[in-house]
Amino acid sequence: MSDITIKITDREGVEHAVEAPTDMNMNIMELVRAYELAPEGTIGICGGMAMCASCQCYITSEHDLPEKTPDEDAMLWEAFNVKDNSRLGCQIQLTDDLDGLSLELAPEA
Amino acid sequence: MFCERHKYEIMIETDILIIGAGPTGLFAVFEAGLLKMKCHIIDALPQPGGQLAELYPKKPIFDIPGYPEVLAGDLVTNLMEQIKQFQPGFTLGETAKTIDKQEDGTFIVTTNKGTQHHAKAVAIAGGLGTFEPRKPQIPNIDVFEEKGVEYFVKDPEQFRHKDIVIAGGGDSALDWSIFLSDVAKSVTLVHRRNEFRGALDSVEKVRDLKAAGKINLVTPAEITEIHGDETVTAVTIEKEGEAFKLETDYFIPLFGLTPKLGPIANWGLEIEKNAIKVNNALDYQTNIDGIYAIGDVNTYPGKLKLILCGFHEATLMCQSVYNRINPGKRFVLKYTTVSGVDGFDGSRKEAEKAVVKAID
Repeated sequence: MSDITIKITDREGVEHAVEAPTDMNMNIMELVRAYELAPEGTIGICGGMAMCASCQCYITSEHDLPEKTPDEDAMLWEAFNVKDNSRLGCQIQLTDDLDGLSLELAPEA
Repeated sequence: MFCERHKYEIMIETDILIIGAGPTGLFAVFEAGLLKMKCHIIDALPQPGGQLAELYPKKPIFDIPGYPEVLAGDLVTNLMEQIKQFQPGFTLGETAKTIDKQEDGTFIVTTNKGTQHHAKAVAIAGGLGTFEPRKPQIPNIDVFEEKGVEYFVKDPEQFRHKDIVIAGGGDSALDWSIFLSDVAKSVTLVHRRNEFRGALDSVEKVRDLKAAGKINLVTPAEITEIHGDETVTAVTIEKEGEAFKLETDYFIPLFGLTPKLGPIANWGLEIEKNAIKVNNALDYQTNIDGIYAIGDVNTYPGKLKLILCGFHEATLMCQSVYNRINPGKRFVLKYTTVSGVDGFDGSRKEAEKAVVKAID
Protein backbone atom coordinates (compact mmCIF):
# COMPACT_ATOMS: atom_id res chain seq x y z
CA MET A 1 0.00 0.00 0.00
CA SER A 2 1.29 3.41 -0.87
CA ASP A 3 -0.89 6.11 0.59
CA ILE A 4 -0.12 9.77 1.09
CA THR A 5 -2.03 12.40 3.03
CA ILE A 6 -3.53 15.43 1.33
CA LYS A 7 -5.20 18.30 3.20
CA ILE A 8 -8.20 19.63 1.35
CA THR A 9 -10.27 22.62 2.44
CA ASP A 10 -13.72 22.30 0.90
CA ARG A 11 -15.88 25.14 -0.45
CA GLU A 12 -17.50 25.57 2.97
CA GLY A 13 -14.07 26.13 4.54
CA VAL A 14 -13.91 22.75 6.31
CA GLU A 15 -10.50 21.08 6.27
CA HIS A 16 -10.22 17.37 5.56
CA ALA A 17 -7.03 15.31 5.80
CA VAL A 18 -7.55 12.43 3.38
CA GLU A 19 -5.57 9.31 2.58
CA ALA A 20 -4.76 9.20 -1.11
CA PRO A 21 -3.51 6.20 -3.08
CA THR A 22 -0.59 6.83 -5.44
CA ASP A 23 -0.95 3.57 -7.34
CA MET A 24 -4.38 4.14 -8.85
CA ASN A 25 -3.52 6.67 -11.54
CA MET A 26 -5.65 9.25 -9.71
CA ASN A 27 -5.50 13.02 -9.69
CA ILE A 28 -6.58 15.66 -7.17
CA MET A 29 -9.98 16.20 -8.85
CA GLU A 30 -10.74 12.49 -8.68
CA LEU A 31 -9.59 12.38 -5.07
CA VAL A 32 -12.06 15.14 -4.16
CA ARG A 33 -14.83 13.20 -5.89
CA ALA A 34 -13.84 9.90 -4.30
CA TYR A 35 -14.21 11.47 -0.85
CA GLU A 36 -17.30 13.47 -1.97
CA LEU A 37 -15.83 16.75 -0.71
CA ALA A 38 -17.81 18.68 -3.33
CA PRO A 39 -21.28 17.72 -4.65
CA GLU A 40 -21.35 15.59 -7.79
CA GLY A 41 -21.96 17.76 -10.82
CA THR A 42 -20.00 20.69 -9.38
CA ILE A 43 -16.49 19.31 -9.89
CA GLY A 44 -14.82 17.45 -12.72
CA ILE A 45 -17.56 18.38 -15.18
CA CYS A 46 -15.43 17.88 -18.29
CA GLY A 47 -14.10 14.62 -16.88
CA GLY A 48 -10.52 15.83 -16.44
CA MET A 49 -9.61 17.35 -19.81
CA ALA A 50 -8.65 20.81 -18.48
CA MET A 51 -11.70 22.18 -20.26
CA CYS A 52 -14.00 23.51 -17.55
CA ALA A 53 -12.02 24.70 -14.48
CA SER A 54 -14.63 23.25 -12.11
CA CYS A 55 -11.76 21.56 -10.22
CA GLN A 56 -9.76 24.75 -9.74
CA CYS A 57 -7.94 24.79 -6.40
CA TYR A 58 -5.48 27.01 -4.57
CA ILE A 59 -2.27 25.27 -3.50
CA THR A 60 -1.37 26.43 0.00
CA SER A 61 1.74 24.38 0.74
CA GLU A 62 5.24 24.74 -0.73
CA HIS A 63 5.36 21.50 -2.71
CA ASP A 64 7.07 21.30 -6.08
CA LEU A 65 4.32 20.62 -8.56
CA PRO A 66 4.57 19.53 -12.18
CA GLU A 67 4.59 22.48 -14.60
CA LYS A 68 1.28 23.55 -16.09
CA THR A 69 0.62 22.22 -19.57
CA PRO A 70 -0.39 24.82 -22.19
CA ASP A 71 -3.99 23.54 -21.90
CA GLU A 72 -4.12 24.02 -18.13
CA ASP A 73 -2.51 27.43 -18.45
CA ALA A 74 -4.98 28.55 -21.11
CA MET A 75 -7.97 27.27 -19.13
CA LEU A 76 -6.87 29.15 -16.03
CA TRP A 77 -6.67 32.34 -18.07
CA GLU A 78 -10.31 31.89 -19.03
CA ALA A 79 -11.52 30.85 -15.55
CA PHE A 80 -12.88 33.04 -12.77
CA ASN A 81 -11.51 33.58 -9.23
CA VAL A 82 -8.01 32.74 -10.41
CA LYS A 83 -5.07 33.49 -8.08
CA ASP A 84 -1.32 33.05 -8.44
CA ASN A 85 -1.53 29.67 -6.68
CA SER A 86 -4.43 28.38 -8.78
CA ARG A 87 -4.14 24.96 -10.40
CA LEU A 88 -6.59 22.54 -12.00
CA GLY A 89 -6.93 19.51 -9.75
CA CYS A 90 -7.44 17.21 -12.72
CA GLN A 91 -3.97 18.00 -14.02
CA ILE A 92 -2.13 17.05 -10.82
CA GLN A 93 -1.46 13.33 -10.49
CA LEU A 94 -1.12 11.88 -7.00
CA THR A 95 2.51 10.91 -6.47
CA ASP A 96 4.61 10.16 -3.39
CA ASP A 97 6.21 13.64 -3.63
CA LEU A 98 2.86 15.22 -2.85
CA ASP A 99 2.60 13.78 0.67
CA GLY A 100 1.36 16.54 2.97
CA LEU A 101 0.13 18.78 0.13
CA SER A 102 -2.54 21.22 1.23
CA LEU A 103 -5.04 22.95 -0.98
CA GLU A 104 -8.32 24.80 -0.99
CA LEU A 105 -11.14 24.28 -3.50
CA ALA A 106 -11.97 27.43 -5.47
CA PRO A 107 -15.59 28.60 -5.39
CA GLU A 108 -18.07 27.16 -7.87
CA ALA A 109 -18.25 29.52 -10.85
CA MET B 1 -35.63 38.34 -36.49
CA PHE B 2 -37.06 35.08 -37.69
CA CYS B 3 -40.79 34.58 -37.71
CA GLU B 4 -42.26 33.17 -34.49
CA ARG B 5 -44.70 30.96 -36.45
CA HIS B 6 -47.74 29.66 -34.64
CA LYS B 7 -45.71 27.80 -32.08
CA TYR B 8 -48.30 28.06 -29.37
CA GLU B 9 -50.97 26.35 -31.45
CA ILE B 10 -48.76 23.45 -32.49
CA MET B 11 -48.65 20.38 -30.30
CA ILE B 12 -45.84 18.02 -31.23
CA GLU B 13 -47.09 14.44 -30.86
CA THR B 14 -44.74 11.54 -30.18
CA ASP B 15 -44.47 8.22 -28.37
CA ILE B 16 -41.33 8.91 -26.34
CA LEU B 17 -40.20 12.44 -25.62
CA ILE B 18 -36.47 12.40 -24.95
CA ILE B 19 -34.91 15.30 -23.09
CA GLY B 20 -31.28 15.60 -24.11
CA ALA B 21 -29.65 14.91 -27.48
CA GLY B 22 -26.46 13.34 -26.15
CA PRO B 23 -25.35 9.83 -27.11
CA THR B 24 -27.80 8.13 -24.73
CA GLY B 25 -30.78 10.13 -25.98
CA LEU B 26 -29.82 9.57 -29.61
CA PHE B 27 -29.38 5.82 -29.21
CA ALA B 28 -32.77 5.58 -27.47
CA VAL B 29 -34.31 6.65 -30.80
CA PHE B 30 -32.83 3.55 -32.44
CA GLU B 31 -34.04 1.11 -29.80
CA ALA B 32 -37.48 2.74 -29.78
CA GLY B 33 -37.59 2.54 -33.57
CA LEU B 34 -37.02 -1.22 -33.53
CA LEU B 35 -40.17 -1.40 -31.40
CA LYS B 36 -42.06 0.90 -33.81
CA MET B 37 -42.17 3.78 -31.36
CA LYS B 38 -41.54 7.36 -32.54
CA CYS B 39 -39.27 9.75 -30.66
CA HIS B 40 -38.85 13.50 -30.39
CA ILE B 41 -35.83 15.09 -28.73
CA ILE B 42 -35.54 18.44 -26.93
CA ASP B 43 -32.10 19.94 -26.31
CA ALA B 44 -31.00 23.33 -25.02
CA LEU B 45 -28.02 23.42 -27.36
CA PRO B 46 -28.44 24.35 -31.02
CA GLN B 47 -26.93 21.06 -32.25
CA PRO B 48 -27.30 17.39 -31.25
CA GLY B 49 -24.51 15.55 -29.43
CA GLY B 50 -24.62 17.05 -25.93
CA GLN B 51 -21.27 17.19 -24.13
CA LEU B 52 -19.56 15.32 -26.96
CA ALA B 53 -20.37 18.04 -29.45
CA GLU B 54 -20.16 21.00 -27.08
CA LEU B 55 -17.17 20.19 -24.89
CA TYR B 56 -14.86 17.76 -26.65
CA PRO B 57 -15.76 16.96 -30.29
CA LYS B 58 -12.10 16.44 -31.24
CA LYS B 59 -11.20 14.18 -28.29
CA PRO B 60 -10.94 10.42 -28.73
CA ILE B 61 -13.06 7.93 -26.77
CA PHE B 62 -11.56 4.48 -26.23
CA ASP B 63 -14.30 2.58 -24.39
CA ILE B 64 -17.12 2.32 -26.90
CA PRO B 65 -17.47 -1.42 -27.58
CA GLY B 66 -16.35 -2.25 -31.08
CA TYR B 67 -14.49 1.02 -31.60
CA PRO B 68 -10.81 0.87 -30.55
CA GLU B 69 -10.89 4.65 -30.86
CA VAL B 70 -13.55 7.12 -31.99
CA LEU B 71 -13.63 10.91 -31.89
CA ALA B 72 -16.53 12.23 -29.83
CA GLY B 73 -17.77 14.26 -32.79
CA ASP B 74 -17.65 11.21 -35.06
CA LEU B 75 -19.61 9.12 -32.56
CA VAL B 76 -22.38 11.73 -32.69
CA THR B 77 -22.31 11.76 -36.50
CA ASN B 78 -22.54 7.95 -36.52
CA LEU B 79 -25.42 7.91 -34.05
CA MET B 80 -27.32 10.45 -36.17
CA GLU B 81 -26.76 8.19 -39.19
CA GLN B 82 -27.85 5.12 -37.23
CA ILE B 83 -31.17 6.68 -36.16
CA LYS B 84 -31.94 8.54 -39.38
CA GLN B 85 -34.49 6.03 -40.69
CA PHE B 86 -36.55 6.41 -37.53
CA GLN B 87 -37.06 10.09 -38.34
CA PRO B 88 -36.72 11.60 -34.87
CA GLY B 89 -38.09 15.11 -34.39
CA PHE B 90 -35.90 17.75 -32.77
CA THR B 91 -36.65 20.85 -30.73
CA LEU B 92 -33.18 22.38 -30.45
CA GLY B 93 -32.06 25.51 -28.64
CA GLU B 94 -34.92 25.21 -26.17
CA THR B 95 -35.06 24.00 -22.57
CA ALA B 96 -37.77 21.68 -21.25
CA LYS B 97 -39.38 23.76 -18.56
CA THR B 98 -42.64 22.26 -17.30
CA ILE B 99 -44.26 18.84 -17.35
CA ASP B 100 -47.96 18.15 -16.91
CA LYS B 101 -49.23 14.64 -16.49
CA GLN B 102 -52.60 14.16 -18.15
CA GLU B 103 -55.48 12.07 -16.82
CA ASP B 104 -54.77 9.36 -19.38
CA GLY B 105 -51.18 9.00 -18.11
CA THR B 106 -49.60 10.89 -21.02
CA PHE B 107 -47.48 14.01 -20.61
CA ILE B 108 -47.31 17.53 -21.97
CA VAL B 109 -43.84 19.07 -21.80
CA THR B 110 -43.47 22.78 -22.54
CA THR B 111 -40.17 24.50 -23.30
CA ASN B 112 -38.94 27.93 -22.24
CA LYS B 113 -40.05 29.20 -25.67
CA GLY B 114 -43.55 27.79 -25.32
CA THR B 115 -43.18 24.81 -27.68
CA GLN B 116 -45.48 22.01 -26.49
CA HIS B 117 -44.88 18.29 -26.78
CA HIS B 118 -47.41 15.54 -26.07
CA ALA B 119 -45.90 12.13 -25.34
CA LYS B 120 -46.87 8.73 -24.00
CA ALA B 121 -43.67 8.57 -21.95
CA VAL B 122 -40.79 10.89 -21.13
CA ALA B 123 -37.13 9.83 -20.98
CA ILE B 124 -34.79 12.32 -19.37
CA ALA B 125 -31.34 11.85 -20.89
CA GLY B 126 -30.11 15.20 -19.69
CA GLY B 127 -26.50 14.32 -18.81
CA LEU B 128 -25.10 16.91 -16.45
CA GLY B 129 -28.02 19.21 -17.15
CA THR B 130 -28.69 22.18 -19.36
CA PHE B 131 -25.63 24.02 -20.56
CA GLU B 132 -25.81 27.59 -19.32
CA PRO B 133 -23.36 30.37 -20.12
CA ARG B 134 -20.65 31.12 -17.59
CA LYS B 135 -21.22 34.72 -16.60
CA PRO B 136 -18.36 37.07 -15.85
CA GLN B 137 -18.38 38.53 -12.36
CA ILE B 138 -19.51 42.05 -13.16
CA PRO B 139 -21.91 43.43 -10.51
CA ASN B 140 -24.76 44.73 -12.69
CA ILE B 141 -24.51 42.24 -15.56
CA ASP B 142 -27.93 40.66 -14.83
CA VAL B 143 -29.66 44.01 -15.38
CA PHE B 144 -28.40 44.20 -18.95
CA GLU B 145 -29.03 40.60 -20.02
CA GLU B 146 -30.75 40.66 -23.42
CA LYS B 147 -30.51 44.46 -23.25
CA GLY B 148 -27.09 44.59 -24.83
CA VAL B 149 -25.44 41.73 -22.95
CA GLU B 150 -25.73 38.55 -25.02
CA TYR B 151 -24.24 35.20 -24.00
CA PHE B 152 -24.98 33.54 -27.34
CA VAL B 153 -24.91 34.73 -30.92
CA LYS B 154 -28.26 33.36 -32.05
CA ASP B 155 -28.96 35.75 -34.88
CA PRO B 156 -25.89 37.53 -36.29
CA GLU B 157 -28.17 40.05 -38.06
CA GLN B 158 -28.94 41.52 -34.64
CA PHE B 159 -25.42 42.98 -34.70
CA ARG B 160 -25.44 44.47 -38.19
CA HIS B 161 -23.97 47.98 -38.23
CA LYS B 162 -23.55 47.91 -34.44
CA ASP B 163 -20.52 48.37 -32.22
CA ILE B 164 -19.81 45.17 -30.32
CA VAL B 165 -17.35 44.05 -27.65
CA ILE B 166 -16.57 40.33 -27.33
CA ALA B 167 -14.74 38.91 -24.30
CA GLY B 168 -13.08 35.50 -24.05
CA GLY B 169 -10.01 33.57 -25.17
CA GLY B 170 -11.33 30.36 -26.66
CA ASP B 171 -12.72 29.11 -29.96
CA SER B 172 -16.13 30.73 -29.72
CA ALA B 173 -14.67 34.19 -28.94
CA LEU B 174 -12.29 33.86 -31.90
CA ASP B 175 -14.83 32.43 -34.33
CA TRP B 176 -17.55 34.96 -33.59
CA SER B 177 -15.09 37.85 -33.74
CA ILE B 178 -14.09 36.69 -37.21
CA PHE B 179 -17.65 36.17 -38.39
CA LEU B 180 -19.04 39.39 -36.95
CA SER B 181 -16.15 41.51 -38.26
CA ASP B 182 -18.02 41.34 -41.58
CA VAL B 183 -21.40 42.19 -40.08
CA ALA B 184 -20.92 44.66 -37.26
CA LYS B 185 -19.76 48.27 -37.52
CA SER B 186 -16.88 47.51 -35.18
CA VAL B 187 -15.62 44.46 -33.26
CA THR B 188 -13.47 44.74 -30.15
CA LEU B 189 -12.07 41.48 -28.76
CA VAL B 190 -10.93 41.59 -25.14
CA HIS B 191 -8.98 38.79 -23.46
CA ARG B 192 -7.07 38.57 -20.23
CA ARG B 193 -3.84 37.65 -21.91
CA ASN B 194 -2.16 37.82 -25.29
CA GLU B 195 -2.44 34.11 -26.03
CA PHE B 196 -5.66 32.56 -27.31
CA ARG B 197 -6.61 28.90 -27.21
CA GLY B 198 -8.27 27.88 -30.43
CA ALA B 199 -7.85 26.27 -33.80
CA LEU B 200 -4.65 27.50 -35.41
CA ASP B 201 -6.36 29.03 -38.43
CA SER B 202 -8.84 30.95 -36.26
CA VAL B 203 -5.95 32.48 -34.31
CA GLU B 204 -4.17 33.41 -37.55
CA LYS B 205 -7.32 34.85 -39.07
CA VAL B 206 -7.90 37.10 -36.05
CA ARG B 207 -4.29 38.26 -36.34
CA ASP B 208 -4.85 39.14 -40.01
CA LEU B 209 -8.12 40.93 -39.27
CA LYS B 210 -6.39 42.89 -36.53
CA ALA B 211 -3.67 43.93 -38.96
CA ALA B 212 -6.35 44.93 -41.47
CA GLY B 213 -8.03 47.10 -38.83
CA LYS B 214 -11.22 44.99 -38.84
CA ILE B 215 -10.86 43.68 -35.29
CA ASN B 216 -9.77 45.90 -32.45
CA LEU B 217 -7.80 43.54 -30.19
CA VAL B 218 -7.36 44.58 -26.55
CA THR B 219 -5.09 42.31 -24.48
CA PRO B 220 -4.21 41.67 -21.72
CA ALA B 221 -7.38 43.29 -20.49
CA GLU B 222 -10.70 42.67 -18.80
CA ILE B 223 -14.19 44.19 -18.80
CA THR B 224 -14.86 45.50 -15.31
CA GLU B 225 -18.02 47.59 -15.66
CA ILE B 226 -21.09 47.88 -17.87
CA HIS B 227 -22.76 51.25 -18.42
CA GLY B 228 -26.16 52.25 -19.76
CA ASP B 229 -29.70 53.20 -18.78
CA GLU B 230 -32.17 50.90 -20.48
CA THR B 231 -29.59 49.19 -22.66
CA VAL B 232 -25.82 48.91 -22.81
CA THR B 233 -24.07 52.07 -24.03
CA ALA B 234 -20.48 51.45 -22.92
CA VAL B 235 -18.12 49.15 -21.02
CA THR B 236 -15.09 49.86 -18.88
CA ILE B 237 -12.00 47.99 -19.98
CA GLU B 238 -9.09 47.60 -17.59
CA LYS B 239 -5.78 47.09 -19.37
CA GLU B 240 -2.59 46.63 -17.38
CA GLY B 241 -3.89 48.64 -14.45
CA GLU B 242 -5.46 51.41 -16.50
CA ALA B 243 -9.20 51.73 -17.00
CA PHE B 244 -10.91 53.33 -19.95
CA LYS B 245 -14.47 53.54 -21.20
CA LEU B 246 -15.45 52.23 -24.63
CA GLU B 247 -18.81 53.02 -26.21
CA THR B 248 -20.62 49.94 -27.52
CA ASP B 249 -24.08 48.67 -28.39
CA TYR B 250 -23.44 45.08 -27.35
CA PHE B 251 -21.24 43.19 -24.91
CA ILE B 252 -20.87 39.48 -25.72
CA PRO B 253 -19.04 37.51 -22.99
CA LEU B 254 -18.04 34.07 -24.32
CA PHE B 255 -16.54 32.19 -21.37
CA GLY B 256 -17.92 28.76 -22.16
CA LEU B 257 -20.88 26.88 -20.80
CA THR B 258 -21.49 25.10 -17.53
CA PRO B 259 -24.20 22.50 -16.93
CA LYS B 260 -27.00 23.02 -14.40
CA LEU B 261 -29.80 20.54 -13.71
CA GLY B 262 -32.20 23.42 -14.34
CA PRO B 263 -36.03 23.29 -14.35
CA ILE B 264 -36.07 19.45 -14.22
CA ALA B 265 -35.06 19.78 -10.58
CA ASN B 266 -38.58 21.11 -9.91
CA TRP B 267 -40.53 18.28 -11.54
CA GLY B 268 -41.08 16.39 -8.31
CA LEU B 269 -38.48 13.76 -9.12
CA GLU B 270 -36.42 12.18 -6.39
CA ILE B 271 -32.98 13.75 -6.63
CA GLU B 272 -29.75 12.67 -4.99
CA LYS B 273 -26.32 14.22 -5.59
CA ASN B 274 -27.53 16.30 -8.54
CA ALA B 275 -28.86 13.18 -10.27
CA ILE B 276 -32.31 11.58 -10.63
CA LYS B 277 -32.95 8.38 -8.69
CA VAL B 278 -34.25 5.50 -10.79
CA ASN B 279 -35.23 1.88 -10.42
CA ASN B 280 -32.24 0.06 -11.87
CA ALA B 281 -33.60 -3.37 -11.03
CA LEU B 282 -36.22 -2.98 -13.74
CA ASP B 283 -36.45 -0.18 -16.25
CA TYR B 284 -34.80 3.06 -15.11
CA GLN B 285 -38.14 4.62 -14.26
CA THR B 286 -38.17 7.51 -11.78
CA ASN B 287 -40.52 7.93 -8.83
CA ILE B 288 -43.08 9.33 -11.30
CA ASP B 289 -44.77 6.60 -13.36
CA GLY B 290 -44.02 7.13 -17.05
CA ILE B 291 -40.97 9.35 -16.54
CA TYR B 292 -37.64 7.60 -17.04
CA ALA B 293 -34.08 8.87 -16.55
CA ILE B 294 -31.19 7.37 -18.51
CA GLY B 295 -27.48 8.07 -18.92
CA ASP B 296 -25.38 10.41 -16.81
CA VAL B 297 -28.44 12.19 -15.38
CA ASN B 298 -29.60 9.21 -13.29
CA THR B 299 -28.26 7.53 -10.19
CA TYR B 300 -28.66 4.12 -8.54
CA PRO B 301 -26.42 1.87 -6.46
CA GLY B 302 -23.28 1.17 -8.48
CA LYS B 303 -24.03 3.78 -11.14
CA LEU B 304 -21.22 4.51 -13.60
CA LYS B 305 -21.38 7.56 -15.83
CA LEU B 306 -20.27 5.85 -19.03
CA ILE B 307 -21.69 6.17 -22.52
CA LEU B 308 -21.91 2.40 -22.83
CA CYS B 309 -24.02 2.22 -19.65
CA GLY B 310 -26.30 4.90 -21.09
CA PHE B 311 -26.87 2.76 -24.20
CA HIS B 312 -27.92 -0.18 -22.04
CA GLU B 313 -30.23 1.96 -19.93
CA ALA B 314 -31.83 3.44 -23.07
CA THR B 315 -32.54 -0.06 -24.39
CA LEU B 316 -34.27 -1.27 -21.23
CA MET B 317 -36.22 1.97 -20.97
CA CYS B 318 -37.62 1.42 -24.49
CA GLN B 319 -38.78 -2.10 -23.64
CA SER B 320 -40.56 -0.76 -20.58
CA VAL B 321 -42.28 2.02 -22.55
CA TYR B 322 -43.36 -0.56 -25.16
CA ASN B 323 -45.08 -2.61 -22.46
CA ARG B 324 -46.62 0.55 -21.06
CA ILE B 325 -48.05 1.61 -24.42
CA ASN B 326 -49.10 -1.91 -25.42
CA PRO B 327 -50.23 -3.56 -22.19
CA GLY B 328 -50.49 -7.33 -22.37
CA LYS B 329 -49.23 -7.50 -25.95
CA ARG B 330 -47.08 -10.58 -26.63
CA PHE B 331 -43.61 -9.72 -27.74
CA VAL B 332 -40.21 -11.37 -28.12
CA LEU B 333 -36.84 -9.73 -28.55
CA LYS B 334 -35.68 -9.69 -32.16
CA TYR B 335 -32.15 -9.51 -33.45
CA THR B 336 -31.42 -6.91 -36.13
CA THR B 337 -29.22 -9.45 -37.93
CA VAL B 338 -32.24 -11.72 -38.33
CA SER B 339 -35.10 -9.24 -38.72
CA GLY B 340 -33.30 -6.33 -40.37
CA VAL B 341 -34.29 -2.75 -39.65
CA ASP B 342 -37.47 -1.25 -41.08
CA GLY B 343 -37.32 2.54 -41.09
CA PHE B 344 -40.33 4.81 -40.70
CA ASP B 345 -39.19 6.35 -43.99
CA GLY B 346 -39.94 3.10 -45.84
CA SER B 347 -36.28 2.06 -45.96
CA ARG B 348 -35.22 -1.46 -45.10
CA LYS B 349 -31.81 -2.71 -44.04
CA GLU B 350 -31.22 -6.43 -43.93
CA ALA B 351 -28.57 -9.11 -44.16
CA GLU B 352 -27.68 -10.14 -47.65
CA LYS B 353 -29.48 -13.34 -48.59
CA ALA B 354 -27.28 -16.37 -49.02
CA VAL B 355 -27.86 -18.41 -52.14
CA VAL B 356 -28.50 -22.10 -52.08
CA LYS B 357 -26.94 -23.47 -55.21
CA ALA B 358 -25.01 -26.54 -56.23
CA ILE B 359 -21.41 -26.12 -57.23
CA ASP B 360 -20.65 -28.26 -60.28
